[in-house]
Amino acid sequence: MIEFQAVTKRFDDGTVAVDDLNLSVDPGRITVFVGPSGCGKTTSLRMVNRMIDATSGTITVDGNDIRQSDPPLLRRGIGYVIQQAGLFPHRTVVDNVATVPMLAGWPRHKAKKRAVELLETVGLPAELGEKYPAQLSGGQQQRVGVARALAVDPPVLLMDEPFSAVDPVVREGLQDELLRLQDELGKTIVFVTHDIDEAIKLGDKVAVFRTGGVLAQYDKPSELLARPADNFVASFVGRDRGYRALGFLPASGLPIGELATVELGATAVDARSALRDGWAVVVDGARCPIGWVSEKHLATVDGEISRDSSLSGGSLYDVDNGSLRSALDAALSSPSALGVAVDSTGAVVGSVTADDVLSALAAARTAGEVPQ
Amino acid sequence: MDFVSFLTSWLFDGTHWTGSDGVPARLSEHLGYTAVALAIAVAVGFPLGAAIGHTGRGGLILVGAANGLRALPTLGVLTIVVGIAGIGLVPPITALIVLAIPPVMAGTYAGIRAIEPITVDAARGVGMREWEVLLRVEIPNALPLIFGGVRSAALQVVSTATIAAFVGVGGLGRYVFDGLAVQDYAQVASGAVLVAALAIIVDVLFIGLQRLVVSPGLTSAKSKGTSS
Repeated sequence: MIEFQAVTKRFDDGTVAVDDLNLSVDPGRITVFVGPSGCGKTTSLRMVNRMIDATSGTITVDGNDIRQSDPPLLRRGIGYVIQQAGLFPHRTVVDNVATVPMLAGWPRHKAKKRAVELLETVGLPAELGEKYPAQLSGGQQQRVGVARALAVDPPVLLMDEPFSAVDPVVREGLQDELLRLQDELGKTIVFVTHDIDEAIKLGDKVAVFRTGGVLAQYDKPSELLARPADNFVASFVGRDRGYRALGFLPASGLPIGELATVELGATAVDARSALRDGWAVVVDGARCPIGWVSEKHLATVDGEISRDSSLSGGSLYDVDNGSLRSALDAALSSPSALGVAVDSTGAVVGSVTADDVLSALAAARTAGEVPQ
Repeated sequence: MDFVSFLTSWLFDGTHWTGSDGVPARLSEHLGYTAVALAIAVAVGFPLGAAIGHTGRGGLILVGAANGLRALPTLGVLTIVVGIAGIGLVPPITALIVLAIPPVMAGTYAGIRAIEPITVDAARGVGMREWEVLLRVEIPNALPLIFGGVRSAALQVVSTATIAAFVGVGGLGRYVFDGLAVQDYAQVASGAVLVAALAIIVDVLFIGLQRLVVSPGLTSAKSKGTSS
């Protein structure tokens, strides 16, 4: 879909931002460019829509050499999302989203209708459409930025550190939202970030750049974690890469143990009799976990078990599509050392232990499922 | 006689409100000079400021030229142009234009340069051509500062248009100069008060126009956090 062939960018002052880049971006997938500052990742991205022109080499989009195209027309056909969204402060949210259709000469009412649809697509209420960007939170602005980029349904989206200016919680929400959108839309996305965790979470493939604009490794995230090409990539990928690599191993064979449960509203006496090895999980009417009670803790509770009187629990392990990493994390973060396993409705189905996760990992190694 | 009744004795004398030297006639002359000078200053200063602001080239020259123009004494300009063009409307209006161009040009230039670079980057990135970037993004976002420049130019022109009378044409300055000539200080003071009142009215009109024209997105939203 997007091909870089021997692409070099040398700025007027002589610095080489991108050095002989050869890379092919898979259609319908998310490709992440990641690396430290000055590694040429943003320059590489901006060369695709000719915000920057390459010094030498060829970039093709869908087989067409982009040098043959008129830059404004090329850009209207490629979605562009930038850091802090870059919304137009003087235009309402709807008018921001309608920008590209209006440039392309759509009638006003059709452009606005499309803009309102897109707000819904990116998870924003239609009422927000009449507000101005400065009245929105950072996360909302970023969603509007994505909606604006999608307005004429371009096959390619370029995203330049789009989530770097929002706080970590909002960022995680936006990342999940992007993955959900991508499931529906199947765009060819090039995403630039300096955050390796973001790259690994979002990327179907990740290109790691090193300072000086050299491509160090271009691989699937699981490969990057398991087999970094050199010391630079290994250190860039980070010290927890062994643990993070568990995120790419399915936990389907993991044994699910029994787990004692107590319903909200049960008396402390009933709860005491339900304990198993001194612990039980408090669940609500839909059997969703609320927290834990223990023998020692119950001594301080009189009357009914409530949300407030439960000990807060750890992360949850989803038995349908959880990885070994989420299973291990559930076990490690649980006060009882038992990870709570839930089904897709969020209802408790049983427990996992760290020992079982490690045994499953050993089995996967033996079976050759773990890259070595 | 206190100052207020001194003033009102002249201002409320009905004979001062009729004829070719009455207040309405002088006021419309004054407004006419102001409008012509301001229109020409905007026609020159606004495109220059916009072009330099958009391209980012020539900013130093602009600042130098604007300061140079500002440093010229208006009476000096007036005298020079009288020397070239003779008595008439051309010298005072030229002097007023020279006075009004710097604030208009500097306001436009500063307004465009003050826009966040990512906003302009986004405008190009979504596929706007350079003229679209300028007309649809840069100028609308620069309007508060552009208005600031035009208002400050208008205030200076309204008050300085008084000098038109110095070279024998009309306007509210007539009361000042004629009053001085015959030592009629009630007339001098009334002329000055009328000029000041006109300046305030013109400024209020511009404020109203600014409210209508500038996007609420650039003003109202400041009450809620902006960036994060």
